[in-house]
Amino acid sequence: MLVDFFLHLKDRQLPVSTKEFLTLLAALQQGVIGHSLDDFYVLARTTLVKDEANFDKYDRAFAEYFKGIEALPGMDKAIPEEWLHQSMKRHLTPEEQAKLEKLGWDKLMAEFEKRLAEQKGRHAGGSKWIGTGGSSPFGHGGTHPEGIRVGGKSENRSAVKVWEQREFRNLDDQVELGTRNIKVALRRLRRFARTGAAEELDLDGTIAGTAKNAGWLDLHLHPERHNAVKVLLFLDIGGSMDDHVRICEELFSACRSEFKHLEHYYFHNCVYEGLWKDNRRRHSERIPTHDVLHRYGSDYKAVFVGDASMSPYEILHPGGSVEHWNEEPGAVWLGRITGTFPHAIWLNPEPEHVWQYRQSTALIGNLMGGRMFPLTLDGLTRGMRELSK
Amino acid sequence: MRFEGSDNYVATRDLTLAVNAAVTLQRPLLIKGEPGTGKTMLAEEVAAALGLPLFQWHIKSTTKAQQGLYEYDAVSRLRDSQLGDPKVEDIAHYIVKGVLWQAFECETPCVVLIDEVDKADIEFPNDLLRELDRMEFHVYETRQTVRAKHRPLVFITSNNEKELPDAFLRRCFFHYIRFPDRETIAKIVDVHFPGLKKDLLREALEVFFELREVPGLKKKPSTSELLDWLKLLLAEDIPPEALRAKDQKAAIPPLHGALLKNEQDVHLFERLIFMARQNR
Repeated sequence: MLVDFFLHLKDRQLPVSTKEFLTLLAALQQGVIGHSLDDFYVLARTTLVKDEANFDKYDRAFAEYFKGIEALPGMDKAIPEEWLHQSMKRHLTPEEQAKLEKLGWDKLMAEFEKRLAEQKGRHAGGSKWIGTGGSSPFGHGGTHPEGIRVGGKSENRSAVKVWEQREFRNLDDQVELGTRNIKVALRRLRRFARTGAAEELDLDGTIAGTAKNAGWLDLHLHPERHNAVKVLLFLDIGGSMDDHVRICEELFSACRSEFKHLEHYYFHNCVYEGLWKDNRRRHSERIPTHDVLHRYGSDYKAVFVGDASMSPYEILHPGGSVEHWNEEPGAVWLGRITGTFPHAIWLNPEPEHVWQYRQSTALIGNLMGGRMFPLTLDGLTRGMRELSK
Repeated sequence: MRFEGSDNYVATRDLTLAVNAAVTLQRPLLIKGEPGTGKTMLAEEVAAALGLPLFQWHIKSTTKAQQGLYEYDAVSRLRDSQLGDPKVEDIAHYIVKGVLWQAFECETPCVVLIDEVDKADIEFPNDLLRELDRMEFHVYETRQTVRAKHRPLVFITSNNEKELPDAFLRRCFFHYIRFPDRETIAKIVDVHFPGLKKDLLREALEVFFELREVPGLKKKPSTSELLDWLKLLLAEDIPPEALRAKDQKAAIPPLHGALLKNEQDVHLFERLIFMARQNR
């Protein structure tokens, strides 16, 4: 039976290994826990799940397996918190409450799925949509006798299924990016080399040298290790990027302190024949892209940061730029840059699941050879791994 | 040997279960959680409760895995050789034992704490795989193998600054200490300040949880900050009414410096209070 449980977890894409499973069996054999499902839940989590980001996934998989219920519809769709924000509450009289029909479980789930698909905005009060207050069976703070509670506090205590028990939801995915977190992610790109003045004691060299000298101390020094990775940062600026200024600033400041060899250039929407270093003087001090291509060696790693949302013309056609007349299309320039710097990635601050809806994003993704990553911690980590290959 | 919490440490049910699983199967236990939720305290309390000696190894960014096993003091040997000291003949004189070696040699079962493993270099955990798995290592200089007399109970804490490698994780049990709920916190406070007046505690917890709800704080106050704050409140003999100033959130709680450790957080908090007053 537990083999099925193990395979079920694997099936739900939890990173579990056979060794951990055997450990769990050994723990059960040695009687670490009694015969309670709650204890088993904790023990299995402690042996099989090694990252709190996966706790939520585990909770869902566990519930699915042990309750025998089908996966709840809409679980993976994540209902926006804002809908559920308790903003108003309507108290119904007992008579009104009695009037509300009691929907059965199956019907309730089917209805819920349907409304989740239909509903697109925040809703409060009323008796049909998911939201706060009101007497719809969905949402919270409401008074339907047999409702599904979605977020919020239980007030009338009649919800059949409490989603809030997924207490680890906010640990999932780590959308939040602090400068410190970014630095840790960027640190994957460290490559140490000894350069500069010899000022660190080389203990092994000293010992070998002294032994060779028949015991007379022979000091050896070597240069300190530095992060030798060189990075070229291309930042999209203005227009649709304004929404992402804060996150880009954080990324930029983290890069500054992490890489000693960092050069940055700005572009708008797509790279063309000119780039600039200071956004205030973008029109007066343009640097020809050819100069950038020739100035830096191919050991530099190129990182583009941009949302890649523009009209496809801006990438594919001469003269497509929104700012000036470009002789050659953006795709050609992008190709030149990735040709000169083979280690290149594109970081996109837009969430990954909306990329497919924008033609230009798919285009740029193709031009980058699929090396486009979301600007989240996870995406940054994947990107850095790609760059350090 | 079972751990059930102690007189000055409140352990939740899942935490005791994880500790007992690690004790029974003699595997390392990896503990993560918000700073100040008692990760380091756990090892100390388990050692005290089970009556076992505790070996602590605090990790810094410069710590190497080798230092936990042993270090070869080449410089002393070099100096002794130049002075013609006869000790120099035996290299064993210059091997300095690390924390793990001491723990492996211990005559009784013992507890080892590897504190803040995420501070070290990315490769650090990988260098300890075999040592923690088999509880043995080889000393190249003297060509001996050190094997643990009793498998020590190993606690490893992490603040999640770096990801730990899968191979390492697979060898550990894992527990994430969540921020305690109101009841657990009341229990924790009770353990630390048995004589605390009921109403002061209630008011203090109220203020504390309200403060944790303030959006945008860089560092939310945690259990250890609450305990410090209560200590100060007691020392200053602040009456519970002073905390109540329930005129909405318009009052700055006394001695809030113990709860908010970050200058920006204090500013943010004061600004919020200022705005609350304006809106009144």
